[in-house]
Amino acid sequence: MPSGTQPVFSYPEALRDVTTHYCPGCTHGVIHRMVAEVLDELGVRQRTVGVSPVGCAVLSYNYFAADMQEASHGRAPAVATGIKRARPDLVVFTYQGDGDLASIGMSEIMHCANRGEKITVVFVNNAIYGMTGGQMAPTTMPGQITTTSPLGRDVSLVGEPIRMAEILSTLHTPGFVARGAVHRPLESVKTKDLLRRAFTYQVEGRCFSLVEILSTCPTNWGLPPHEACEWVEKTMVPYYPLGVFKTPDGGDRAPRPL
Amino acid sequence: MAKKLMKGCEAIGEAAIRAGCKLFFGYPITPQNEIPEYLSHRLPQVGGTFVQAESEVGASNMIYGAAGAGERVFTSSSSPGISLMQEAVSYLAGAELPVVIVNIMRAGPGLGGILPSQADYFQATKGGGHGDFNTLVLAPWSVQEAADLVADAFDLADYYRNPVYVLGDGLIGQMMEPVEFREDRKPLKDLAAKTWASTGWKGDRPRAVINSLYLDADTLEQHNRDLQAKYATIRRDEVRWQGYGLDGDYDVLIVAYGTVARVCLTAMEELREQGIKAAILRPISLYPFPYDAVRQASARARAVLVVELSAGQMIQDVQLAVAETRPIHFHGRTGGNLVSPDEAAAKVREVLDGRSQEVRNA
Ligand SMILES: Cc1ncc(C[n+]2csc(CCOP(=O)(O)OP(=O)(O)O)c2C)c(N)n1
Ligand code: SF4
Repeated sequence: MPSGTQPVFSYPEALRDVTTHYCPGCTHGVIHRMVAEVLDELGVRQRTVGVSPVGCAVLSYNYFAADMQEASHGRAPAVATGIKRARPDLVVFTYQGDGDLASIGMSEIMHCANRGEKITVVFVNNAIYGMTGGQMAPTTMPGQITTTSPLGRDVSLVGEPIRMAEILSTLHTPGFVARGAVHRPLESVKTKDLLRRAFTYQVEGRCFSLVEILSTCPTNWGLPPHEACEWVEKTMVPYYPLGVFKTPDGGDRAPRPL
Repeated sequence: MAKKLMKGCEAIGEAAIRAGCKLFFGYPITPQNEIPEYLSHRLPQVGGTFVQAESEVGASNMIYGAAGAGERVFTSSSSPGISLMQEAVSYLAGAELPVVIVNIMRAGPGLGGILPSQADYFQATKGGGHGDFNTLVLAPWSVQEAADLVADAFDLADYYRNPVYVLGDGLIGQMMEPVEFREDRKPLKDLAAKTWASTGWKGDRPRAVINSLYLDADTLEQHNRDLQAKYATIRRDEVRWQGYGLDGDYDVLIVAYGTVARVCLTAMEELREQGIKAAILRPISLYPFPYDAVRQASARARAVLVVELSAGQMIQDVQLAVAETRPIHFHGRTGGNLVSPDEAAAKVREVLDGRSQEVRNA
């Protein structure tokens, strides 16, 4: 680089320069990049341990340039608890899908948050089980067609989609809980800010933090990537409002009545 | 250090702390509640951490994380809780993480009862969870031995990077006996630094990835071969057992482990006073099982008697060892009932006078 020039865009140090297995147009990649950028900006990569889920992000241990642990399905918050309690000096995050966190791992996430474990959870909500081929998730939208709800999610039989950020924000234990999205550049910028706040709360030793991120699954939604982004805006955002639900000092409230 | 009168559960907790374990994650279940209770007040005194998990599923995955971060860690539970941990035990074995798991067995199946049992032998020694894996299994017969084996379990777990069970029955957990913690205890093995642990990657070693996923068939097969090679080393080097009366003549060889072996020892002494010659082989390591020792000791007996607090589980390993060269008999109690010395002695007499039915292909 000629002297005097400043890089304005570069590959994050916390992301390994490898080909990922994510489908074209999937926003898992965008979220990976934002997490990596935040680790770099906070200067904590070398003392970070990430926990990969079971789901499409299972191989994320190959993508982050940090020490990683691979958890069993849904148990990442318990694994992260073990790491953080063993080594409180480490920065520990989990990266989990909605099947992983809101279905099989409901118990682990609730109690991890309620104990106030000082970890950061990156919760990727794409309203479907991506990895196993598009089955219904607890977050699947009413009427949404999946391989196990072929006529559309029938809420009279399986209930309404679970809103994790809202549920977790009811806990009395101090924490940071927010929801962002990545279907538009502006939302991505805001979501990265949420991630920065979440990790900062951990680095400062203050509280549990979780950022739910609305994400796309073009492959299993059967939509081209740009239409998948529109579907997030039209179908998911009205039901899963974006914003900060809870801060450790109780400053912010839900952005709209639920 | 002088001997101290302690409950088995408390001795187990204290032994773990003295082995350098500062982390405990567990969930209450009878008859081992005194282990978490003891540690909840002792660990903070030594700068350690006690976490009451939301479930045994949570606890077993917490020890995965802590072991993956390179720290000594343990959990304890009883049978139904150990069942819930089986998912994690498979992952722990697959990811080669050193942990110690104490199972103070109670009677099953299902919720069963809270009284002593040895009915989790299969679960502990034959894998328990999915996939091809094994865990070391150590079975104490006294409070002192429980404390000693807990210390050894941490060394073995670290050395082999493998889960190690300490398998006791409700008696081991609940009875009080004098116990001594040796200050001069040396590690069983030369233990290498845990350079594989996930402790933050600074580029001075390969990136640590704690994992059991291998999507490529050949890579996974190689991983399995490596695991099997490790288990073969364990089977060669870690067999532990004790014999009682094996030096002299005997007609019946009793094979029993844990507190049951102690009951049988009383029976054996009573029988000897009456001129009836029995001897005992007590496996201390249930995995690896002392096949050779059982084979050799059985060759000098007329018959073999297996005594267990189960419907007959270890008997299958005895059958493998004896290989139909001697008649094998069985006496077992279930439901939480114990074997009394009189009962065991009576069974030996029945074996000798032909009133006992030989067990075949139990
Ligand atoms: C115990 C267990 N049950 C089921 C599975 C199969 N499984 C793998 S991924 C997955 C769902 C993942 O969906 P999600 O968490 O929403 O993540 P995504 O793939 O959509 O990113 C399931 C059910 C498993 N691996 N382990
Ligand atoms: S299946 Fe869906 S969530 Fe998974 S990588 Fe493909 S698009 Fe992304």
